[in-house]
Amino acid sequence: MIRLNVNGVVHQVDAEPDTPLLWVIREQIGLTGSKFGCGVGQCGACSVHVDGEVMRSCQMAVSDLKPEQKIVTIEGLSPDGLSHPLQKAWVALDVPQCGYCQSGQIMAAAALVARTPKPTDDQIVTEMSNICRCGTYNRIKAAIKQATGAAG
Amino acid sequence: MTDTLAVSRRGFLAGSAATAAAAGGFTFGFHVPRAEAATTPGSPEINAWVVVRPDETVVIRIARIDMGQGTLTGLAQLVAEELECDWARVTTEYPTPGQNLARNRVWGNFQTAGSQGIRQSQEYVRKGGAAARMMLVEAAAREWGVPAASCTVSKGVITHAASGRSTTYGKMADAAAKITPPTDVPLKDPSTWTLAGKPLPRLDTVDKTNGKKVFGIDVTMPGMLNAAIRDCPVLGGKVKSFDAAAVTGMKGVKKVVKVGETGVAVIADTWWRAKTALDALPVEWDLGANAAISHQQVVAMLKEGLEAKEAFVGNQAGDADGAIAGAARKVEATYHFPHQHHVTLEPQTATAKWTADRCEVWCPTQNGEAALATAAAAAGIPVQQCEVYRIDPGGGFGRRATSHDYVRQAVLIAKEMPGTPVKLIWSREEDMLHGWLHPITMAKMSAGLDANGNVVGFRMRISGQSILAGVNPAGLQNGRDPILFQGLNPSGTEGTFGYDIPNVLVDHAMRNPPVNPGFWRGVCNNQNAYYLECFMDEVAQAAGQDPYQFRRKMLQGKSPKHLAVLDAVADGIGWSRPAPAGVFRGIAQHMGYGSYVAAAAEVSVNAAGVLKIHRIVAATDCGHAVNPQQIAAQVEGSFAYGLSAFLYGEMTLAAGKVEQENLDTYQIIRMDEFPAVETRVVTSGGFWGGVGEPTIFVAAPAVANAIFAATGKRVRDLPLKHNDLRRA
Repeated sequence: MIRLNVNGVVHQVDAEPDTPLLWVIREQIGLTGSKFGCGVGQCGACSVHVDGEVMRSCQMAVSDLKPEQKIVTIEGLSPDGLSHPLQKAWVALDVPQCGYCQSGQIMAAAALVARTPKPTDDQIVTEMSNICRCGTYNRIKAAIKQATGAAG
Repeated sequence: MTDTLAVSRRGFLAGSAATAAAAGGFTFGFHVPRAEAATTPGSPEINAWVVVRPDETVVIRIARIDMGQGTLTGLAQLVAEELECDWARVTTEYPTPGQNLARNRVWGNFQTAGSQGIRQSQEYVRKGGAAARMMLVEAAAREWGVPAASCTVSKGVITHAASGRSTTYGKMADAAAKITPPTDVPLKDPSTWTLAGKPLPRLDTVDKTNGKKVFGIDVTMPGMLNAAIRDCPVLGGKVKSFDAAAVTGMKGVKKVVKVGETGVAVIADTWWRAKTALDALPVEWDLGANAAISHQQVVAMLKEGLEAKEAFVGNQAGDADGAIAGAARKVEATYHFPHQHHVTLEPQTATAKWTADRCEVWCPTQNGEAALATAAAAAGIPVQQCEVYRIDPGGGFGRRATSHDYVRQAVLIAKEMPGTPVKLIWSREEDMLHGWLHPITMAKMSAGLDANGNVVGFRMRISGQSILAGVNPAGLQNGRDPILFQGLNPSGTEGTFGYDIPNVLVDHAMRNPPVNPGFWRGVCNNQNAYYLECFMDEVAQAAGQDPYQFRRKMLQGKSPKHLAVLDAVADGIGWSRPAPAGVFRGIAQHMGYGSYVAAAAEVSVNAAGVLKIHRIVAATDCGHAVNPQQIAAQVEGSFAYGLSAFLYGEMTLAAGKVEQENLDTYQIIRMDEFPAVETRVVTSGGFWGGVGEPTIFVAAPAVANAIFAATGKRVRDLPLKHNDLRRA
């Protein structure tokens, strides 16, 4: 059994050690907000936080995680799923199109603004490497700036 | 309520996930938002489009699917506009394909492709809203004993001013449902709209920001198993043998099954365990007749077609060859647009549950009725005993509109586990290997200029793949694929060649390589616009004319709408003023899916040949704008799709198999390369055009023409990554 701390709850899961964190979160813990897109760390749809750092969970074996490490998924970003400043900005600007990549985008953005409270355009485009096939990039950028109070 | 309505409503409810779960004896481990919103018993259906609940909530049924393009909100706005209900109390739900079938297709076409969600259904959904309003008002008028015409309605409140009485839709719903629907249903003039035409927020955003939105890949239900599949990597090949015993002892594995003649799947408790076992499964393939096909052979086949005698004619006026032969100056160029992959970020997936007399499927689909037909055929059960529950796709782009190969596979797999729901998920590699690719083509174009720099003849030979020949040969017209000529047609809503040139010949030598072709967002407009608009830039250069003014001259006579969007982007980019130092401009226009689009781009190319796209101004005339902020979102997003193809997109064959197996070798544009986009919605009214695709047409040619302005280099072979942009 493997012990994982996800969104503040300790879970005991019966998973093989090389199982990617993404699939344990989705299939064994039952949190499906983190998405499978490519399985090779390219798209970022699986982005979660591990001790505050954004990680591509499809590339992390569960055996590499320690029980005390704090994993946060999109479901744990805010207590009500609505109140994180990025979530508010995402809604205000109607960022998502299909929505499939947006959990990963928001988690990537949340890690960025936790480290850099008022990111510049350059910092945003350098740090935000997740793929959005619908092309919501400019609204994502605008939402990050709105949430952080950065100028236009 | 009449019996007919009651039966219909029950029938509808049986199709909603919540009731299906109860009837089927199992419950979902998730809540589909729209299933939660499903009609509660006692809430009368006014007509197929509108249900009013006692709490004044108005449920609007949506026949098309929302895969991000915003059609759900747009269609609801059109119904609500005519219904005069309270927008704050509007919710939506999807009728099922089975119910559409049972009710004689009362909701019309479910297909969501060809940018047709609004343009092809606006009239009947607006009439649905208007008829419901008329029935609700009539019910109140009868109760009060006054003429309906003496009542007014606003936000779901019906008022008879003369007597000072008022009531609500929720209170009148039962009575309204019993009234005979009106036959004469006048619609509002769009100039009087108060909800439609406004930049309202989408109805489906919040759950996309907190992980609650349920996609097909997220479906879960008690007892459900998961399946991973490997289909023969070469089109036309088959499974020869596989050694199930090698993996059946692996943890979680339940069964190893052959899927049709071409695939093998592992069913396990979790998908990861299914995939792990599948990766370990020894499979021998009979790769079939295509096992030696290479990219070079495909290219050679297309090049031969460029010179072939036989071809299907798409547009002919006068004598193009004669005019070009006699012209003062001749311009000639050959272009190439390779195979593209849809890359829906959610891979193909479907969950199926099969018993001997019932088959149900939960899946993302752009055409629920086609998914249902596929499911029934695979199930071997009459279609009336099958059902498909539509789930919003995590990207559609045409991939989930025609082939429901993933539904067929899911049902075939579920048949091996009667009574147990099985969820099939494709790995990204499986998805890349089994795409229905944007067709590969080349085009050889020539133009003749007279001594004054006027185009006297235009000749275009397209060589390459037909989509219809691959997906629906019955749609060919005496062998000719009309879709191939999108945007090059002499007339029609599906793409009119705008330039006034006296002698024109556009034809197609069909050359079909062994790759499944598909409808890829924008379809044949993509390459046709690229070919035509890049070549027109070459002709303008040869004529020594400004590329914008050169186009203007050929559009101003017979193509005022083409011209208007071109003018709008020229104005927006500041064409008449110099660009910033080191920045260069390009422009393009095209018409398709009923809409007129143009783009102007500003780019720079550094000494190392690295492109930066600074800014794009785009204009769209879709006739009527239902939700301008969602039009802007679609226009912006179109650049991500079009520019990904332009910069990187290319699927190639080696030994009959595609070489790009994941996103490391098939790149998608990311934020660091994505330009600023300004959208101008310049609707001229009087017609209804599509929005989800058209801007893609002009994305690549506008940027390619700006690259020429910056470097003197024409980008004739896509993708751009094969071109050296360093100045010589």
